[in-house]
Amino acid sequence: MTKLIVGTRKGLFVLEGEPGEPFEVATRAFPGETVDYALRDTRSGRILATTTSPIYGPKVWYTDDAAGEWEQAEGVALPEGGDAALQRLWVIAPGEAEGTLYAGGDPGVLFESRDGGASWELNRGLWEEPSRDRWQPGGGGLCLHSIVTWPGDPDRLAVAISAAGVWLSEDGGASWRTGNEGLAPRYLPEDTPPDEIGLCVHRIHRAPARPERMFMQFHGGVYRSDDAGQTWTDIGAGLPSDFGFPLALDPGDPDSAYVIPLTADVDRVTPDSRVRVYETRDAGVSWTARGDGLPQEHAYLTILREAFDWGGEGEGLELYFGATSGDLFGSGDAGATWSAAATRLPPVLSVAATA
Amino acid sequence: MAVVRLRGPLKQLAGDQSEHAFEASTVGELLSALEREHPAMDGWILDERGVLRRHINVFVNGEMGAQDTAVDADDRVDVLPAISGG
Repeated sequence: MTKLIVGTRKGLFVLEGEPGEPFEVATRAFPGETVDYALRDTRSGRILATTTSPIYGPKVWYTDDAAGEWEQAEGVALPEGGDAALQRLWVIAPGEAEGTLYAGGDPGVLFESRDGGASWELNRGLWEEPSRDRWQPGGGGLCLHSIVTWPGDPDRLAVAISAAGVWLSEDGGASWRTGNEGLAPRYLPEDTPPDEIGLCVHRIHRAPARPERMFMQFHGGVYRSDDAGQTWTDIGAGLPSDFGFPLALDPGDPDSAYVIPLTADVDRVTPDSRVRVYETRDAGVSWTARGDGLPQEHAYLTILREAFDWGGEGEGLELYFGATSGDLFGSGDAGATWSAAATRLPPVLSVAATA
Repeated sequence: MAVVRLRGPLKQLAGDQSEHAFEASTVGELLSALEREHPAMDGWILDERGVLRRHINVFVNGEMGAQDTAVDADDRVDVLPAISGG
């Protein structure tokens, strides 16, 4: 059985089911609240969720039983008495060290927990990065939305910020450098300096079987890096649009990636009024449309950056994505065929698949 | 002492008691004292800058107030979420 931890505009949902079949709602938590992101840490079984109340602000919560009591995590705040306040937490990612987790948020901040998510500390290296005053918020704010670890090496981290580009660390987050060479922002003038920092990265992932390889969905562009995020090559040719938000991959195949194109930045719905996932198995040289079982007419869906996840690998790779329409689709055969896992949910903000 | 009155989740965070009395000369001082007395409320009414969250309203004796509104010993301050959302 697969569990899907789904963050929505109106609460957290735990769905249970088998790939290729409709899922059942096992639990709903935080009714009425915006759950920006939620996941189950497979190491501990603990479920963590980030909520943003328009009244009370952003919080991190954790529990061992989604249907039971949730505890509010401590330390998820910017320095007291400063000029900035935490606006939203976009993502949580397990670290490589035991009990370590990372959380990313707005305004371009990273937090680290060493006790499984009960308490958190602000990453000072990124917070005090000298270029910070040049960072620009994207449409969703100055969001740190991607946190990418290196399998087996807790010192090597990559994060991505919209719109402040990719940041790389090789000392566990004590210091950071940019990783933006090759990115071509079409929304900036052509003579923009090469060290421009206002780069609107939408999502990055690392291929765990070949950690120096990474994939990126950019704000107009799909890219691959073969040098751990230092330089990037455009691999968007062959897609109906190179605009989109989410990204997934098959952890067993470092040449694989999946994107869900949207028409354009000015029209953020699936192209040609149909829903198709695009798959590459040759590191972006070619793309194949995967739409069998997905809506193929009168479908104007928007899929957000945290709303696409996977479980397993190879021929048994499971893929799941949710849309702001409240539809959630799944595939149990690496994207060859799809079906509705759930319908009529609130707008889906995040999806995390777990066994 | 001025009295601050809470409802809903704020009341629960404050030991499930709605009324709390503190020595304070402004609404901001009153709310800071409330947070010190009940650390679980940290960040819920005032953000990390110490600023009253945008969608929280304070009323002093029934009149809309602000963080710097003066309060006297007999004043009552209601803390209410703004009507907002979608």
